[in-house]
Amino acid sequence: MKPAPFDYIRCDSLDEAAGLIFETGDEARVIAGGQSLMAMLNMRLARPSVLIDFMNAEETRRVETGKNMLRIGAGVRQAELLARKDLAVLNPLLAKLLPWVGHPQTRARGTIGGSIAHADPSAEIPLALCALDGKVVLRKGRKLRRVGGAEFFLGMMLTDKAEDELIEAVEFPDLPAGSGTGFGEVGRRKGDFAIVACAAVVTKSRVRLAVGGVNDTPVVKDWDALAPEDEAEALNALAWSLDARGDLHATARYRRDLVRGLGAQVLKEARACAG
Amino acid sequence: MRRLDARQTHVIRFTLNGRAVEAHCSPRMLLSDVLRGELGATGTHVGCEHGVCGACTVRIDGMMARSCLTLAVQVEGATVDTVEGVAPAPGRLSVLQDAFRKHHALQCGFCTAGIVMSLDTLLRDAPDADEARIRDVLSGHLCRCTGYHAIVQAALEAVETLRKETDHA
Repeated sequence: MKPAPFDYIRCDSLDEAAGLIFETGDEARVIAGGQSLMAMLNMRLARPSVLIDFMNAEETRRVETGKNMLRIGAGVRQAELLARKDLAVLNPLLAKLLPWVGHPQTRARGTIGGSIAHADPSAEIPLALCALDGKVVLRKGRKLRRVGGAEFFLGMMLTDKAEDELIEAVEFPDLPAGSGTGFGEVGRRKGDFAIVACAAVVTKSRVRLAVGGVNDTPVVKDWDALAPEDEAEALNALAWSLDARGDLHATARYRRDLVRGLGAQVLKEARACAG
Repeated sequence: MRRLDARQTHVIRFTLNGRAVEAHCSPRMLLSDVLRGELGATGTHVGCEHGVCGACTVRIDGMMARSCLTLAVQVEGATVDTVEGVAPAPGRLSVLQDAFRKHHALQCGFCTAGIVMSLDTLLRDAPDADEARIRDVLSGHLCRCTGYHAIVQAALEAVETLRKETDHA
């Protein structure tokens, strides 16, 4: 349980890190908070020969508001964002969901961008990215591109990020006025991987439920409207449309049941918050 | 930019329990191993080595953190606190440690160093922590002896004792 050898490069700027990963490509991995990558290195599931650390670069630690979005630099730690007193106003779904990400001990170092780069199927932050139509800002050398969650998450721990790219920031658009959000998850213990996680966003013109932990990537389902009497049937149809599988932690049937039960719960919460 | 070669050992400097220390390590070495193997600070225990069990929890720049999920080279210039630095003086226990002893909040003691570091940090950051907050922090630790209740009781008593101390100060 020790990482294989690698060169470690501490960068002073994001430019430097982007240039390095562009030159080094698949030999290198970027490390931010390390709360996903270090476990992969320890288990030797990842064996990069170069590790590029940009956490010293001040510009990666910025959280920007305005322009109708919340822009979170790649070096912003989960605990830092959660500690913001205005987070519930800036983005209520993130405020509800971040306390469910890992434990206080991992949130203290883990970053928003790192969790998205890791793309665990049951992770909360990738689910939020999809539920909120967020964008991942990818950088190759000096070129930037923005990718939405549906295009970014390709499979279990598999993303659209090329080996010579890094995540510069993550952008969450502001929720429309009068919208409501809900979040809930079921796991073996608090902070453990979610068996199923659900996020709901209800606006005047749309009802949305995003489901994590069932398919290899988060799944987003939209309804134009969902009358209370139709909800149970709609959630049942959604549960069966997913690729629920049984494993050591839960049966496929239990996962479908959680989509129905937890789905109804978070939709109720989101409706109660909408106004 | 600073590049540390994989095949060489490098000197890193940081503050450990208030004292400036330096250690020799290669880039792949974990903070937990450098603390124990290079610096002889064996109070920090190593359990699962992938961030689940919490035994190796230390404080880095004031925040609780897994030393097995941190490279030693990442703490260059940082302030690291471990369980060795919790007691106020040799032969004396901190309020939290004393409450642990009183409430039998440990049995084999393997997980204790990490739990003490997390709760010590919680008591600093949130002197009014309630049971829910304590259990949230404890969710990042595995203890197979106590069933956690005694740990929660000890932490609650420590909160109360520290509150009285502050009131009388």
